[in-house]
Amino acid sequence: MDHEVLKDAFERTRIVGAAISDYPLTPHLSAFDHHILAIRKALADAGLGLKDVDGLILASGGMGGMTPMGMAEYLGIRPTFVDGLSVGGSSFVYHAARAALAVGSGLCEVAVVAMGQTGKSGTRPGRGMRGRGGGGGPPQGFGSFFWDSLTGLPLIGAYAMAAKRHMHVYGTTSEDLAEIAVAARYHASMNPKAQYQDPITVDDVLSSRWVAEPLHLLDCCVVSDGGGAYVVTTADRAKDLPKPAVRMLGYGERIGHAGIGQMPDYTQTAAADTGRMAFGMAGLKPGDIDCAELYDSFTITVMLLLEDLGFCNKGEGGPFVREHLRVGGPLPINTDGGGLSAVHPGMRGMFLVTEAIRQIRGEEGPGRAIAREGGVDTCLVHGVGGQLSSHATLIVGKDS
Amino acid sequence: MSESPRKFFMSPPEGAERFFEATKEGKLLIQSCPSCGRKQFYPRKICIHCGSPDVEWVEASGRGAVHTYTVIHQQGMPGWREEVPYVSAIIDLEEGVRMTANVVECAPADVRIEMPVEVTFVDEGMYTLPKFRPAS
Repeated sequence: MDHEVLKDAFERTRIVGAAISDYPLTPHLSAFDHHILAIRKALADAGLGLKDVDGLILASGGMGGMTPMGMAEYLGIRPTFVDGLSVGGSSFVYHAARAALAVGSGLCEVAVVAMGQTGKSGTRPGRGMRGRGGGGGPPQGFGSFFWDSLTGLPLIGAYAMAAKRHMHVYGTTSEDLAEIAVAARYHASMNPKAQYQDPITVDDVLSSRWVAEPLHLLDCCVVSDGGGAYVVTTADRAKDLPKPAVRMLGYGERIGHAGIGQMPDYTQTAAADTGRMAFGMAGLKPGDIDCAELYDSFTITVMLLLEDLGFCNKGEGGPFVREHLRVGGPLPINTDGGGLSAVHPGMRGMFLVTEAIRQIRGEEGPGRAIAREGGVDTCLVHGVGGQLSSHATLIVGKDS
Repeated sequence: MSESPRKFFMSPPEGAERFFEATKEGKLLIQSCPSCGRKQFYPRKICIHCGSPDVEWVEASGRGAVHTYTVIHQQGMPGWREEVPYVSAIIDLEEGVRMTANVVECAPADVRIEMPVEVTFVDEGMYTLPKFRPAS
């Protein structure tokens, strides 16, 4: 497949605005407030207004407030394109391709992608397993999520199973995984908004309590509130807008499975396929990437992505993470401090995209690090949702 | 054990009733496809190998090996919370399918990947569940 339609859509479209509503702890904002605030700020950043918006993409389908239909009505807009695809934390990376296809094909001219969650301060939709059925009694299970749940398996346990297998097959150690958390915290120490900013060491990670062996507390992401949005419009219209436009260069997506019990290979994710697709479309290779925003729900998530995306060979993630991940290094990752230290409201993918846009634009500020001296020309974003299940790779670059 | 709250479970998905009737009789069922001859778990109304809707139940030997596992130390769900630490594992059944199950009758620190295991059935109230213990 040569993906000509999507490549053509990327030619015709640009990301022209991005904003974060706020994070990490926002008891004054509901999830709905985060959406509204992020949309307003991203449009202002783009030099556009609500009246310009004719495409709306949120990570929830159906009816109600935080759906494309409900939100459009509330905002007083009548979009000619909506999408509510929700595949977990990676959704907002998937949305970039949908926005480009919708704008590139003329279904709409200005598409806004938005998210907001209050994982820390509020009740996250779908968080509790009890009482969701509405009619009394426990909710009905489905697929591997049901069969896995019969063992009392929490989400972290699913990722821990992949970590255990990686250790068994490749000799990866807890020290290796800890390096990923240490690098994230190092970047968080430069981000005044990050939820945790005090530097940590490998020993700190190893001496934090077990949550699900072999993952310690500091192998796990933080639990935050937060929201964000970004705006996609035509390349023509982008020329008249105030901020440097960001170009989408390559993309790939794949669902590998849903629950961890059906993961085909516990040491390899669908990122191996999405990375190949995205690099192929962009005409780039891993060595061309200046920095990467990789979904870091847990340290093992990053280890698997580094290997599957081809930044190192399979099984060599351990040695790789010891010397590559920090700002100024060969492959700076998660330059805002990541989900491991800065912000993770439940679905972090939005922050991967907004951080990539900041890096490409070179928006420095007090304590806000740019990954590479001389600027970032190419940034790879990779979202993971579910239990290592849903994957999307997006490569972005400067508008030439 | 009796003072612990009952473990939280979801109600069964469509088509799973037969599996749980069998566990009460000490039988571990998986599915086999008469069209292509391949096996699958979890139970579905369609064969994931060839798409045939005519999948059949067959009894598994109950023998297998640990493919990977985790020791759960933190869990908020009622009933489970009181049991930490416990082991959730992916079991390679000798029929060639995988099943998620607890490893029991073995200290968590003694569980190993590739360890041979055999099924045992535990009455958990809402379900009788297959769990795996070190092979005798």
